[in-house]
Amino acid sequence: MFVSLNWLKNYIDIENISTEDLAERITKTGIEVEGIEYIAEQSTNVVVGYVKKCEQHPNADKLNLCQVDVGDEELQIICGAPNIAQGQKVAVAKPGAVLPGNFKIKKAKLRGVESNGMICSLQELGIEEKFVPKDVAEGIFVFPNDAEVGADALQLLNLDDAIIELGLTPNRSDALSMLGVAYEVAAILDVPIRFPEENVKTAEEQAVDYVSVKVEDSDANPYYGAFVVKDIEIGPSPLWMRNYLIAAGIRPINNVVDITNYVLLEYGQPLHAFDFDKFGSKEIVVRRAQQDEKIQTLDDQERTLSSEHLVITNGQEPTAIAGVMGGAESEVSEQTTTVLLEAAYFDPKVVRIGSKDHGLRSESSIRFEKGVDPNRVKSAGMRACQLLSQYANGTVLSGVAEFDELDKEEKTVEFSSSRINARLGTAISNDEMADILRKLNINYKLNGDTFTVHVPTRRQDITIFEDMLEEIARIYGYDNLPYTLPQGASQAGGLTDLQQLKRDIKQYFESAGLMESITYSLTSQARSQLLVSPEVKEKAVTPVALSMPMSEEHSTLRLSMLPELLDSLAYNTARKQSNLAYYELGTIFLSEQEQVTKQPEEKLRAAGALTGDWITHPWQQEKRQVDFYLVKGILQGLFETLNVTAEYKQTKIDGMHPGRTAQILVGGTSIGFLGQVHPKLQKDFDLKDTYVFDLDLDYLFEIHKNEPSFAKIPRYPSVSRDIALVVEEAVHAGDVQATIQQAGGELVKDVQVFDVYQGEHLEDGKKSIAFNLLYLDPERTLKDEEVEESYQAILYAVKDAHDAELRG
Amino acid sequence: MKERLLELQTEALAKVEEASTLKDLQDIRVAYLGKKGPITEVLRGMGKLSKEERPVIGELANKVREAIASELDNKKEHLEAIELEKKLEAETIDVTLPGRPVQVGGPHLLTSIVEEIEDLFIGMGFEVREGPEVETDYYNFEALNLPKDHPARDMQDSFYITEELLMRTHTSPVQARTMGEYQGSQPVKMICPGKVYRRDTDDATHSHQFTQVEGLYVDKDVRMSDLKGVLNRFAKQLFGEEREIRLRPSFFPFTEPSVEMDISCKVCHGHGCSVCKGTGWIEILGGGMVHPRVLEMAGYDSNEYSGFAFGMGPERIAMLKYGVDDIRHFYTNDVRFLTQYHKAK
Repeated sequence: MFVSLNWLKNYIDIENISTEDLAERITKTGIEVEGIEYIAEQSTNVVVGYVKKCEQHPNADKLNLCQVDVGDEELQIICGAPNIAQGQKVAVAKPGAVLPGNFKIKKAKLRGVESNGMICSLQELGIEEKFVPKDVAEGIFVFPNDAEVGADALQLLNLDDAIIELGLTPNRSDALSMLGVAYEVAAILDVPIRFPEENVKTAEEQAVDYVSVKVEDSDANPYYGAFVVKDIEIGPSPLWMRNYLIAAGIRPINNVVDITNYVLLEYGQPLHAFDFDKFGSKEIVVRRAQQDEKIQTLDDQERTLSSEHLVITNGQEPTAIAGVMGGAESEVSEQTTTVLLEAAYFDPKVVRIGSKDHGLRSESSIRFEKGVDPNRVKSAGMRACQLLSQYANGTVLSGVAEFDELDKEEKTVEFSSSRINARLGTAISNDEMADILRKLNINYKLNGDTFTVHVPTRRQDITIFEDMLEEIARIYGYDNLPYTLPQGASQAGGLTDLQQLKRDIKQYFESAGLMESITYSLTSQARSQLLVSPEVKEKAVTPVALSMPMSEEHSTLRLSMLPELLDSLAYNTARKQSNLAYYELGTIFLSEQEQVTKQPEEKLRAAGALTGDWITHPWQQEKRQVDFYLVKGILQGLFETLNVTAEYKQTKIDGMHPGRTAQILVGGTSIGFLGQVHPKLQKDFDLKDTYVFDLDLDYLFEIHKNEPSFAKIPRYPSVSRDIALVVEEAVHAGDVQATIQQAGGELVKDVQVFDVYQGEHLEDGKKSIAFNLLYLDPERTLKDEEVEESYQAILYAVKDAHDAELRG
Repeated sequence: MKERLLELQTEALAKVEEASTLKDLQDIRVAYLGKKGPITEVLRGMGKLSKEERPVIGELANKVREAIASELDNKKEHLEAIELEKKLEAETIDVTLPGRPVQVGGPHLLTSIVEEIEDLFIGMGFEVREGPEVETDYYNFEALNLPKDHPARDMQDSFYITEELLMRTHTSPVQARTMGEYQGSQPVKMICPGKVYRRDTDDATHSHQFTQVEGLYVDKDVRMSDLKGVLNRFAKQLFGEEREIRLRPSFFPFTEPSVEMDISCKVCHGHGCSVCKGTGWIEILGGGMVHPRVLEMAGYDSNEYSGFAFGMGPERIAMLKYGVDDIRHFYTNDVRFLTQYHKAK
């Protein structure tokens, strides 16, 4: 809502406060001022001039040489506007004047002739093209004849105005009118309000003689009033009215249309003017539209209607979509002499549907959608009649043809001052509260400390105690509320074990050298199929999709964070940042339903993606690229932190390198995978070798048990033994290790691979794996024979299970 | 004999003086103090001496030995020190060469901000709650006093999956869930951080996915001044003791009265500058007193219980705190962005 302060001054006195202070106070009291605009802040020295003489420029066809009386002197000015003519009163920027854009007017010579100033168009004076009335859009602005020569043109054009833009929250539709803003500002400044003139001398003829009103759906249209004004003379509306409309962002058209718009802005009540002679009948019937019924609207579009829409008809055909837009057929034109003026209350929902279905959001529909003041509908009609009589020479017929089932009663809300104070943490006295209500122009009765408030119908947002609490609090001033801390029993806040664990996991990854990243949960349909972990794939029938995505790119809920993580890597490598190690903790969305009807299961997972060099500063050491075992090492550390034992199984996953991917299992349950991204997919993302992992954290957290206790530090020495075994290339080290562990017996506390060799001195197709074994008995010193016995058992077992030979 | 011994001493000490290596010293030691050395030889001839002379010469011989041995030790220590010095000199390295780097990761800026906020409220006795990102229409809207045809639903166009399921548009449903769980049986003191989604085209100031932290405090006799006090403490801790807050009336369907909270501008301290667009204040969060309908729907008697709620966007806070100029930075994961916030604070 744009509020012209000059206009507002008609209702309340705001002379004693600066625009900035006023804006600040409005903001702090309840409605955010989003901006202040001074239309012609920099303009000076523009006056009304009388064109005494206007002749063609001796040296230019399209220029005119004018003699202009500006009061204290006569200026010779050259003007190129096509509409300039002798006898006009025009806006003259005198030499030394400054126009918007810091445009300075100086004496000049145009084609050899002196020009001492400029005759201005509205655009040149700083008014936006779209608000300039069409008749003066192509040339200079012409003042009405009564404009005084030499007067300040900026003031006459209201260009000395300041416009404040109010950002209205949905509850404050009462401020969608100048009167509403006046009430608000009056409460803030504690000043009285001057109300507009609604009384008008009416003719003897009655409106009901001209037209009847019938409403078929009283829920959708509880009030419909039709006023009739005849003998209308269509013409421009008065300059002040045009100025105000422009300030509010509405383009002036003619007096009748301008008056309906002016009252809309003044009262917040939309009105519609029909040309009575073109209305097509003498009866107004408001009804639901029929299926596929058509109407040509004011904007010359044909609209197809349905029973969802409410229409105004002449008994036969629709003449307007209620509250949304009028029909072209009955539009007011230059020829109109009798106006049928509609002042109605339409149900907010009905208007919302009508405006949404036809893509028409207008100043009218916005107000109907929020619910207009039931007690201002008819008076707005009367105000418009008064203006039509005054500014369009109309004769107003007496009375109104109406249908009225509108509830106009003021609701009551009761509250005690003690409850208000208890809720606010204040000690506001009854007198102070009463004073606040008086400032708000709200009537009340006080009984003891109980206020019974009659809520004005303009404030549709006030219905319950808490609404009054807000009114009292905001006028009292939020700044005046004390700072307190809650008095309730204090409790120890904190993270749950799982939340703490999540933080620990993050910290682990970060100290292991990975950076946390955050990607979008919504991905593309195609990407949602990629790099899905086996245990997820098994459960998720189809990825969950949005019903109306904004783009295919973000249309589907992810089953893995990896595709978007790869995208992040690609984003970086495209910017020459090629050594990257990322992880993310986030949710994936699992649904076992083909057609989703219930919330998908949300699983917390940890994913990572690494590419490029791991060790990048090679002056002393070799450069090392990220590889499978680096990533596996990081995960091993994680599992150790979580105190779980993981197994790794060669596996194949869509989008992964078939030979370099391992499924990870804990106690036989799949919890994720790691490995290299398939070179084809790497190429799709323009990535070099990239390694990823994806883990089910929810499951890991569930099985994770770590209750640290003290284990005695062994007092006896351990014995270390190395063993190098030659096996077929295809034999997995992990399997051999498991055999060793099992065959070695209880004394073997640890088995580690420390070397893998292939090549010289070994048969083709064979490899040697060297293990280090750690023997320990915490209770005593081991005997050589025991160790040897276990060693031999191991040799026997690996020979048996893997055809392994001791390397000679 | 006496003369011979003293002669030997002078001779040996002169040699020690001249010696320049440890080996020289060893040779001198063997030559003079060894079993075949001249002093031993002198002592061997002691048999020829008188009973009275023997102890005198014996004592002298020992003194000579000790004098030579002591000088040898001194010289040895001296030479060793020189040698060590030489060795260390040879070991000198270029200390200006870079160290072997340790690969260090770090948290995402949003996580840091969220955890900072979490810790702040935990310190005030709040618990941290989480909830699903795919929400039911009921919890996302209806339980928060936003029935199906409520105009305020326009304010946050949503990503629907079905008519009843959508990507949550705020983390407020977690409040409704938590209260619903307790059914009016106990006070609630919680914050809920998480991802939220809205139908916005991604640009410098909009993101279809962003983060929110909401807070809720419900108990008997909770006052609006408590909201002001708690937010004030939060703002000062997060942004600095010198910052002031102010509350302005606003509107949210789930609170009444509703407020927006501004903090005084860091740059101009409330006087107005380009950072705060001349107002002196910067909007940080929204909140208010929990709407009685929201309490009632979750099983709390709104005559007995009252409470406050607030919600903030960590992206916005990060943008204000660090001057991040584009919300998309939080989701493109540009390494040059991420690493800026890995340093200890």
